[in-house]
Amino acid sequence: MKLLTAIIKPHKLDEVKAALEAFGVQGMTVSEASGYGRQRGHTEVYRGAEYTVDLVPKVRLEVLVDDADAADVVEVVVKAAQTGRIGDGKVWTTPVDDVVRVRTGEHGVDAL
Amino acid sequence: MDTGDTAWVLASAALVLLMTPGLALFYGGMVRTKSVLNMMMMSFGALALISVLWVLYGYSIAFGDDLGAGLVGDPTQFIGLKGLLGDSNLVFTVPAMAFVAFQAVFAIITVALISGAIADRAKFGTWMVFSGIWATIVYFPVAHWVFAFDGATAGEDSVGGWIANRLGAIDFAGGTAVHINAGAAGLALALVLGKRVGFGKDPMRPHNLTLVMIGAGLLWFGWFGFNAGSAIGANGIAAVAWVNTMVATGAAALGWLITEKLRDGHATSLGAASGVVAGLVAITPSCSSVNPVGAILLGLVAGVVCAFAVGLKYKLGYDDSLDVVGVHLVGGIWGTLAVGFLATADAPAGVDGLFFGGGVSQLGKQAVGAGAVLVYSFVVTYILGLILQKTIGFRIDTEDEVSGIDLAAHAESAYDLASSSTGTFRPTSGSVSVTSQEVPA
Repeated sequence: MKLLTAIIKPHKLDEVKAALEAFGVQGMTVSEASGYGRQRGHTEVYRGAEYTVDLVPKVRLEVLVDDADAADVVEVVVKAAQTGRIGDGKVWTTPVDDVVRVRTGEHGVDAL
Repeated sequence: MDTGDTAWVLASAALVLLMTPGLALFYGGMVRTKSVLNMMMMSFGALALISVLWVLYGYSIAFGDDLGAGLVGDPTQFIGLKGLLGDSNLVFTVPAMAFVAFQAVFAIITVALISGAIADRAKFGTWMVFSGIWATIVYFPVAHWVFAFDGATAGEDSVGGWIANRLGAIDFAGGTAVHINAGAAGLALALVLGKRVGFGKDPMRPHNLTLVMIGAGLLWFGWFGFNAGSAIGANGIAAVAWVNTMVATGAAALGWLITEKLRDGHATSLGAASGVVAGLVAITPSCSSVNPVGAILLGLVAGVVCAFAVGLKYKLGYDDSLDVVGVHLVGGIWGTLAVGFLATADAPAGVDGLFFGGGVSQLGKQAVGAGAVLVYSFVVTYILGLILQKTIGFRIDTEDEVSGIDLAAHAESAYDLASSSTGTFRPTSGSVSVTSQEVPA
């Protein structure tokens, strides 16, 4: 099993979610995040004083997937989240030892 | 007694009282989440304390018979508002108590205005001590200078303050006594307390501009009581002051926004809110002495000048956190001097300024009045601030300042948006534990 983590632009969340659902992904965890990459931050002006805001709002999306699906799911997320402009985000996967569904106690792939 | 006048003065007093909670929102939105409660508490603390002091002796110092030279009223004449309760005690055409109420809320907001200069870093207890002493030795006497007219409040033969009567400067609703006074005091305290940790380096963004906008709206609303109410009557003077207050404020917001658009590229909501307040400040002394077109010009200049003045603190290196100097001191000086330029004899005050052929004499009087209040307030506040700093301490610990004054000073957090925190709850902080069976039905 793998954990897919995607940092994406907040306004692309709905499209990514819809694409994942269409692929057959049954659940996900979404949280608000902030950070920056090559995009760096943005500038705001208050009473004439400029503030460079380093950390820009992002959405962090996490999905647990079977090893066999991992590469496809990454492609689905990347395709849906892409605008082609700087600041689109990143997607990565990490190996997962075990998953347990709390309600039933099922382990591994059965718990996905 | 005129019942119409009385109704208007009492309603105006309530309008002006609402300005201080409005100011709390205006200031509160401009600080960071960790210090919004303390910011608002400085205004509410002033509301609580100054209302009491005003009744006990403040009114008497401001409006009692002059003790000499037009500097201070007799603090014992109306102590505890003694002798003012009956209907027969009139100030102009309204009961003395209505005038007491109206002037009380001026004292409150003047003190509260100062707090914007020392956001995030002042001990709350010391702020309260400062507020009481400052009101006593600065605001109450200065209100006497500016608002106490001969024979008006302390008997027919009574003598009032020097600026209103001997000098003859026009300050209809408090450009000097309220705004220059609070602005100069704010500058003095900002210098005494020093810069916030990270000033000029860390971003200190306003945490909630919607609060700032609501606050500016409440200030504008309440300011109709402040300016039109200062006619102490429901009459044509009040109506002129009302229209001038509306239009100067609109023009100032435009002036600020245009300045921002040209200079920074964007017209901002904080700029609109700030322009509103700058315009209100500037029209305060002058709303009875200019015509509405003059008020537009006056407001426009106020918006542009204050939009530049708020940048001075970065150049000169003082941390007037929420721009009490840039908006209230600069706006107050401009509004007070503008009487000397833009006053027209057509307006209720009946004086011509420089642009209407009145020469420079009124301008000179305005400058003396503005300068006297500025210097007195700055010097006394600076000394008072230093004494408090050296004795009971005025500034909180650096650690508390960085982690947030709300928690350190008040043991509260303003926002519990993510309720993931855990802990235990006790209904009272005492040692007696209350169970549900023991609670009376």
